[in-house]
Amino acid sequence: MRVRIEKRLILSRWMTLFTPILSLALALLVIAFVFWGYGVSPLLAYKRIFVGAFGSLYGLSETIVKAIPLMICGVGLAIAFKALVWNIGAEGQLLMGAVAATWVALYAIPDAPEAVLLPCMFVAGFLGGAIWGLIPGILKAKLRANEVITSLMMVYIASELVNYLVYGPWKGAEEWGFPYSSKFPSSAQLPRLLGTRIHYPTLVLALLLAGLVHVLVMRTKLGYEIRVTGENPEAARYAGMSYFKTVMLVMLISGGFAGLAGVGEVAGIHHRLRYPQGISPGYGFTAIIVAWLGRLNPLAVIVASLLFGGLLVGGDAIQVALGLPVATINIFNGVILFFVLGGELLTQYKITFERRRGE
Amino acid sequence: MILEFIVAALKAAIPAGTPLLFGTLGEIYAERSGVLNLGIEGMMIMGAVTGFGVTLATGNVWIGVALAAMAGGLLALIHAFLSITLRANQVVSGLALTMFGLGMSGLIGKRYVGIPLPCRLRVAPIPLLKEIPLLGPILFQHDPLVYLSLLLVPLLWFVLFKTRAGISIRSVGESPATADALGVSVYLVRYLCVSLGGVLAGLGGAYLSLIYAPAWIEGMTAGAGWIVIALTIFAMWSPGRALIGAYLFGTVKVLQYRLQPLGVSPNLLNMLPFIFTIIVLLAGTGEVIRKRIGAPSALGIPYAREEK
Repeated sequence: MRVRIEKRLILSRWMTLFTPILSLALALLVIAFVFWGYGVSPLLAYKRIFVGAFGSLYGLSETIVKAIPLMICGVGLAIAFKALVWNIGAEGQLLMGAVAATWVALYAIPDAPEAVLLPCMFVAGFLGGAIWGLIPGILKAKLRANEVITSLMMVYIASELVNYLVYGPWKGAEEWGFPYSSKFPSSAQLPRLLGTRIHYPTLVLALLLAGLVHVLVMRTKLGYEIRVTGENPEAARYAGMSYFKTVMLVMLISGGFAGLAGVGEVAGIHHRLRYPQGISPGYGFTAIIVAWLGRLNPLAVIVASLLFGGLLVGGDAIQVALGLPVATINIFNGVILFFVLGGELLTQYKITFERRRGE
Repeated sequence: MILEFIVAALKAAIPAGTPLLFGTLGEIYAERSGVLNLGIEGMMIMGAVTGFGVTLATGNVWIGVALAAMAGGLLALIHAFLSITLRANQVVSGLALTMFGLGMSGLIGKRYVGIPLPCRLRVAPIPLLKEIPLLGPILFQHDPLVYLSLLLVPLLWFVLFKTRAGISIRSVGESPATADALGVSVYLVRYLCVSLGGVLAGLGGAYLSLIYAPAWIEGMTAGAGWIVIALTIFAMWSPGRALIGAYLFGTVKVLQYRLQPLGVSPNLLNMLPFIFTIIVLLAGTGEVIRKRIGAPSALGIPYAREEK
């Protein structure tokens, strides 16, 4: 017997829809064994996750709350990954967005009316994230430095910067010694849906951005250049497309979007700058999987972000109920990503078994 | 006085750089064979938790070290299967490996948090060599794993550049189709190199939890795996330069602790290694371009025999 792997010429629609679902199911099966090995009943764990995330109005609302940053970051990353620019640093870009928004709300124009202050925070947050993304972008496009490493190092630097600020110069006087900044004025706080933590302006923004990116990628010349750069960089160069321009553009968008997500977290949820893990439990990293599971399609990213939002909420539930460490969610991230990757082979390649002569 | 300070700092820099040296030596082999493995952080931390747990259970550090290396190797096989056999995207597969390792180690290591290690590898100064002025105290008054890493540098250099096996590895990384035509099994070579990378990353992790710390702390690699990726480029895929790079980082780490009492914010000092990583990466990349050395040509590209 011999295994042959050949590239499929035609991608079937059914397969592209079915494979991510199958991959997800297989990943959950493998993770069930991890739970079992740890002495936790997998059925109980999954039940708790599901009920925690989707079983109540509160759970559902929290799922949406956590899906918001995943959606915004995921949509931005999808566009970068389409151009094969590996922005792994959304987490740091998110934090810098939060820092920029905090600066606007507490130090730059704290007395401005709400209608001025909140938009200014979003603009500043976009810029903060974008600058943090453009640094690896420029290093890649001009000096050919590997953007995986530089964008990731910028996460650590941003994280230490936030720590420095909340333990040092920005530490709030009335925060009981916690590593928090002072509370934002009410004019810098986003409205929420009644009785929930859903800061709906950010949710609307996330959905709008997803639609916008979909149009940008599919319908405009810029989007075409991004796709060609990703699929065939040589062809892009021959056609006179500027590699520098494409890299900078996708880093601007993906970094800026992550920055917006950071604004949503501080203006919508916490109303202050906190220590880094307090602002984001790794949204920027989980968004990588969200983008990949959504096959870099902005509309599918919306669905994937709701799924992972639920996983985060359910993950919190089992941590408390079953005494699992915070890092458990990373097992989900890793295993799901393995299977999504393996599943892609099913859609792109055809595996056939053939007998060798004489067998 | 100043000389004493420098000798003490350099002596401390070597254990600080040793986990990075192990990791970088392994990644050099993986990348030389054409496979980019961004999962170092995950393999290292799994090595750290395995080494710690096994040592705790058996009371023998060496068994801990051996199984940590095995854990790293096994994890690397996942990446090898996905990226070599299934030809999946190596960047994403490596990221997945890192996330998986961080998660699994957190789960496994939960019961080890705050438990002291009952036994340690003792410092074993090498007779005669330790008497050499300056070099003696800096290089030859360490634990056996430091010596192992020091021995691996010339050994791995020799294998890579002076043996048939080394030629096979480099040719598979530069031009797999040609190597294949000459009868070298591309898949086998890549599997072996990626596994070796995992074994060495596992050793690096064990060094952290068994000797450097010695303790289990969740997420204790704290980016070391990513520094390894940058160091591999800085080293221009050569074991000798990996040694320089790793100890350079060790020095930065020591400085970080020595500057703290001077009143510099610890958070700003914590940024140092990461800023330094970017600088090292830029220096390495610049030199690679100037000298036209270049990464292994087939780095990151899956090989498919049928598509010849």
